[in-house]
Amino acid sequence: MSGPSTYEPKTGVTRWLDTRLPILRLAHDSFVDYPTPRNLNYWWTFGAILSFCLGMQIVTGIVLAMHYVPHVDHAFNSVERIMRDVNYGWLIRYLHSNGASMFFIAVYIHMLRGLYYGSYKAPREVLWILGCIIYLLMMATGFLGYVLPWGQMSFHGAVVITNLFGALPIVGEPITTWLWGGFAVDNPTLNRFFSLHYLLPFMIAGVVILHIWALHVSGQNNPLGVEPKSKADTVKFTPYATVKDGFAVTLFMLLFAFFVFYMPNALGHADNYIPANPLVTPTHIVPEWYYLPFYAILRAVPDKLTGVILMFSSIGVLFVLPWLDTSKVRSMRFRPTARLFFILFLVNAMILGFCGANLPDEFIFRIGEDGPGLNWLWLSRIATLYYFGYFLLITPVLGLVEKPLPVPDTISSPVLPGPDLHNEQKA
Amino acid sequence: MADTAVQSGSEDPNRRDFIHIAAIAAAAGAGGMLAWPLVTQMNPSGDTLALASIEFDISKVEDGQQVVIKWRGKPVFVRNRTPEQVAAAEKDDHAPDLKEPQTDAERRLPGKANYLVLIGTCTHLGCVPTVGGGDWGGWFCPCHGSHYDTSGRIRKGPAPKNLVVPEIAVLSDTKIKIG
Repeated sequence: MSGPSTYEPKTGVTRWLDTRLPILRLAHDSFVDYPTPRNLNYWWTFGAILSFCLGMQIVTGIVLAMHYVPHVDHAFNSVERIMRDVNYGWLIRYLHSNGASMFFIAVYIHMLRGLYYGSYKAPREVLWILGCIIYLLMMATGFLGYVLPWGQMSFHGAVVITNLFGALPIVGEPITTWLWGGFAVDNPTLNRFFSLHYLLPFMIAGVVILHIWALHVSGQNNPLGVEPKSKADTVKFTPYATVKDGFAVTLFMLLFAFFVFYMPNALGHADNYIPANPLVTPTHIVPEWYYLPFYAILRAVPDKLTGVILMFSSIGVLFVLPWLDTSKVRSMRFRPTARLFFILFLVNAMILGFCGANLPDEFIFRIGEDGPGLNWLWLSRIATLYYFGYFLLITPVLGLVEKPLPVPDTISSPVLPGPDLHNEQKA
Repeated sequence: MADTAVQSGSEDPNRRDFIHIAAIAAAAGAGGMLAWPLVTQMNPSGDTLALASIEFDISKVEDGQQVVIKWRGKPVFVRNRTPEQVAAAEKDDHAPDLKEPQTDAERRLPGKANYLVLIGTCTHLGCVPTVGGGDWGGWFCPCHGSHYDTSGRIRKGPAPKNLVVPEIAVLSDTKIKIG
């Protein structure tokens, strides 16, 4: 895809096909001969891991849809039937439910890698934005899927999330009624959620193709953040990247299998094994772990509309990140100060997660019986402030004031001995 | 359009321009007409709208108790308050911390001071508040910590509004109609 094609069909059949649909040429140029920076580390294997996750979710999901019944009276029981009676239904469902968590673990690492190594900076802004769109679609898909078993958490999660739109002035109520197809979350809601949960993964797959296309136009970033300048800076995708990706996917599958076979419900919530009851809300309602930081941001503000706006902005700010970062240096390997703030950001995101999982009014620590202390609400407020501060204040200002370490001219110069290696190779 | 008209040597839009405009307008109109059914099909259907009202015998609610009934898929609280709870609600009629100031008399069942009928979903994000909880002994929402007083008015927490009083008709001494 970058540079002229090097594909040469070898047999009569492939030559015949190449003049009619050059699909083998596309595959060869994209996944065999494609030059990848020679210094990619294991953080760069998460693209392959994520492709594996998407494939796994689509395959297991299609199978589950063969047994699932999207009706308020049957949904819960049909999921239990999958677990107990359908041949290997337990395995397929646990792969699907834990697969969602694995998918989010991988996507968070993938995004943090992009943040750390400055992969969103020019000329990769569109690549980054497409990734943000995939992430948004993943969040929507995960939410819709979580509603389908029609347990207590499913139902009340659906109530809370659809009510978020009710915070909008004037159009809020018509929009929530439209989303519900009634006066409350009910059978029409479940039906459409099932339909959309089936649709969105294929939209994700479509955007993934655009994401890879954009990647192959700009080329991959790398841990040094300097563009490859000669052949000495790159290696072929196959075998170098394919083998490395394959090894990483295998390791990832071990983690995945550990959850599926030894603790399949650890990442879920016990209350979702209680059939949905619209008249009783669980005393402690929490979303799935991968939404917790955003849930904490939502709750951090006493005003409903502001909370909703802040929550959506916390994802929206990612879209404009390429234009917020003023630093000329991509990789934080050469930005010690930025690295410090990045580590704080990571810790802060986890703190937000803990805030989202706990009751806002509960105290974390307190001096004496009624003395001053810190509750989860105030911690989430501090953490929300840092979250936005990191993107809106620290990132733009730090790029202007910090003094980065010297950046090497080429990828190969810090790796290969001899100062003039590429000129020799070129010659 | 003006450019092509000038290029083709005539100052008025010619017949070809007219065909272009008409075709685009027709396509846009047809697109809109097709989109509307596809959008509005998600709104409540006829059979959903038909289940609009229910009747309830309030004498079934014991003193100090609350009964939860389902109306339009949502819980409705019918609470028979104790005189102390009514007094507490009336005392706070003009409290400065009311986000949506309303007196208890505006909210309770007409002619029956102890009865309060409310839609049982938190005005924040729709969870079902638990009766008797919170700092005012009215309702407490477990989801995001909204406190309601014994008149169902929001006193503390993220909810923007008081618990909603549905449209109620008093049919007889014991019968009410909701919706």
